[in-house]
Amino acid sequence: MQKTEINFFDEMQLDVVNSNEFNVREIYLAYQKWLKEIPRDLLDSKRQEAELLFRRVGITFNVYGEQDGVERLIPFDIVPRILAPNEWSHLSRGAIQRVRALNMFLHDIYHKQDIIQAGIVPATVLAHTQYRPEMFGVDVPQQIYAHIAGIDLVRTSESQFYVLEDNLRTPSGVSYMLEDRKMMMRLFPELFRRYSIAPVDHYPQVLLKNLRSVAQTGVNDPIVVVLSPGAHNSAYFEHAFLAQQMGVELVEGTDLFVRNNSVYMRTTQGPQRVDVIYRRIDDDYLDPLVFKADSMLGVPGLLSVYRNGGVTLANAVGTGVADDKSTYIYVPAMIKFYLGEEPILENVPTYELSKTEDLAYTLAHLDELVVKEVQGSGGYGMLVGPAASKQELEEFRLRVVSKPSNYIAQPTLALSTCPTLVEAGIAPRHVDLRPFVLSGKTVTLVPGALCRVAMKEGSLVVNSSQGGGTKDTWVLQDQLEETPTEIPDISCLVETRVEEAAVC
Amino acid sequence: MLSRTADHLYWMARYIERAENMARVLDVTYNMSLVPNAAESEAALWLPALEISGNLEAYERDHEDYTAAKIIHYLALDINNPSSIYRALRSARENAHAVRVAMTTETWENINALWLEFGQFIGQDLAKNGLREFCDWVKARSHLFRGVCFGTMLRDDAFSFVRLGTFIERADNTARLLDVKYHLLLPEQEEVGGAVDYYEWSAVLRSVSAFQAYQKIYSDTIEPWRVAELLVLRRDMPRSLHACFDEITPILDQLSGSRSTECRRMAGELHSKLRFGKMHDIFQHGLHEFLDDFVKSNNKLGAEVHKTFFSIAT
Repeated sequence: MQKTEINFFDEMQLDVVNSNEFNVREIYLAYQKWLKEIPRDLLDSKRQEAELLFRRVGITFNVYGEQDGVERLIPFDIVPRILAPNEWSHLSRGAIQRVRALNMFLHDIYHKQDIIQAGIVPATVLAHTQYRPEMFGVDVPQQIYAHIAGIDLVRTSESQFYVLEDNLRTPSGVSYMLEDRKMMMRLFPELFRRYSIAPVDHYPQVLLKNLRSVAQTGVNDPIVVVLSPGAHNSAYFEHAFLAQQMGVELVEGTDLFVRNNSVYMRTTQGPQRVDVIYRRIDDDYLDPLVFKADSMLGVPGLLSVYRNGGVTLANAVGTGVADDKSTYIYVPAMIKFYLGEEPILENVPTYELSKTEDLAYTLAHLDELVVKEVQGSGGYGMLVGPAASKQELEEFRLRVVSKPSNYIAQPTLALSTCPTLVEAGIAPRHVDLRPFVLSGKTVTLVPGALCRVAMKEGSLVVNSSQGGGTKDTWVLQDQLEETPTEIPDISCLVETRVEEAAVC
Repeated sequence: MLSRTADHLYWMARYIERAENMARVLDVTYNMSLVPNAAESEAALWLPALEISGNLEAYERDHEDYTAAKIIHYLALDINNPSSIYRALRSARENAHAVRVAMTTETWENINALWLEFGQFIGQDLAKNGLREFCDWVKARSHLFRGVCFGTMLRDDAFSFVRLGTFIERADNTARLLDVKYHLLLPEQEEVGGAVDYYEWSAVLRSVSAFQAYQKIYSDTIEPWRVAELLVLRRDMPRSLHACFDEITPILDQLSGSRSTECRRMAGELHSKLRFGKMHDIFQHGLHEFLDDFVKSNNKLGAEVHKTFFSIAT
């Protein structure tokens, strides 16, 4: 693996090489001071304790294609990522703006298609495999499609954040945001006294409130369920966790059935109607009558009820057309088109390999670029040029040339690093950030995020399927704001966030 | 609640109870093996352990002889024996994992921890070393399981299905245990009362934690018919058939609500026999016949519970 010569922005130290207490970023000062007081073996024992606790709670994930790895722990790092109040306010406003525009785009693309008429997004988007003609003309409650969106952000300097991608289908990872926080509070209560950290635990309540707000009109007391592929799915823990935290049923496809334009679940007391399904199953597996006929995970007839307004699906069917890497490049234009605003968060410059000049440039600079499959996710099917061997580069070149429109390329970003506890001690590792934006009657996000960290030195791939770990993300509250001593009132919190959204 | 959830909870509890009962049988059999001349042979001593769990035929298919070491391994740790303690606990954990949402966090963590701890026994030669500790551990984990359910779960249908599973399984086990032992001890209806019989019967009592209860209630020598009475008709004896149905009947009443379900009727019928039956009459008709009937009816009840609550027609 060859070393890149880029200087990385570090979340804690202004100068990682010549580290001393004078170049620690202000928000990390108290942490660094604490870290110096703590003996190394105590840190190690805390890390072991965390691992033991995670294992006992069963916070595990399944890795596809691994025989023995039926249930594995995702590595948890005990050094937090800290964000200043102004940084968070910038990111959250940007993420809300983005999701609002993306929801408007989804409504538009399945209705009048103004944005195509206006020549801003090409009509080829309609030929996209993730575009679902079944959704054309279907009205969904509140015109919300992506009720839960995970926006992947990376940082390259003090002031520069980029959106790496939008996850609008069934984004996962929020349970780690919540469990990592719980773990940190348990392991290091003294740090929570030193810092004023915005709480995140109310996420499931906000989610439930949002899901209930998108029930079809006329439903008084909507019944919400979480639909999971089952205990063997890689994110099963999260499905179970969210259902439990919201106090709703965790169902599988076989627990549901369709009758008289409604969806019911089989209960010990007979059938019970279901109004909102927070589904964690991909479109393709939702309904064997419409999509994959051999899917055992879905509910036959579900789509027909959905199209007739008998049930709400969150996220809606067909959101994949908006989070695809080939659509991604148009998001800044969407923001201008639908909201008349300047994008708060920037996109990463992207080469579309379906364009001749972009393809030529990419092939000439393959060893400098990151090349991704348009429909890939989870860090599969991607090339990190600077880290790839000659042979890998050549193999990828052939794949790109054989079907260029399948790929996009981006400059290799100098992802910021964050101090991380590894074998050798505390060392910088690359991180990203995924806040979760919730859309219903209101658009909101709790002050926190999933922070993924590439545990391997120099690696830029943070996906858990590729050995990435997670960190707790601390959003600091303004000095003026005292840490609330009571349980935060969620309704008012949602209201303030809406105002915030309205301002931006 | 979801039918599938109820199904998993019910079986989770059954499997834990099954593991506990198997551990009890192994424990007392092992104790018996320490009594000189307790049985004619090693095989004669250990065969009943296979019979009680209904495993004899399956065991004979794969094994040529009946050594303590083989039988202990087969019943405790054999991955290929569907009724081994290993498999019962694994199934309990799988059922729990599938519906972890339906139970309290503490209940789930308890079962998950049980399974993680079980790892320490895998690969051990228990016959040589550590069988007592193993059995004690299984029993303690089962007590802990019931305790955490009782102490943390909301008294809703989920709790009821857990309890239902526990008692249907326990009734089955107690009946089988008594049947096998009774059958063996009285091959030709002859008089009993020798020293070995005393140990045999006290072992039976100990296997269901009833030895001290027996002493307290009867303060007399151990008589087979009293042991039978204690395990069949005494409602204050927590592992007796009567005590199990004192739990099962009201649970089914509550779960059925206003419905008059068949399983409710069946439970009531069995319950009446235990409430109003007399030991004298049971002996007159034959204890073996009575127990055999009971095990069959109890199985039918289990099937009916399945039909009523777990497989809802659409």
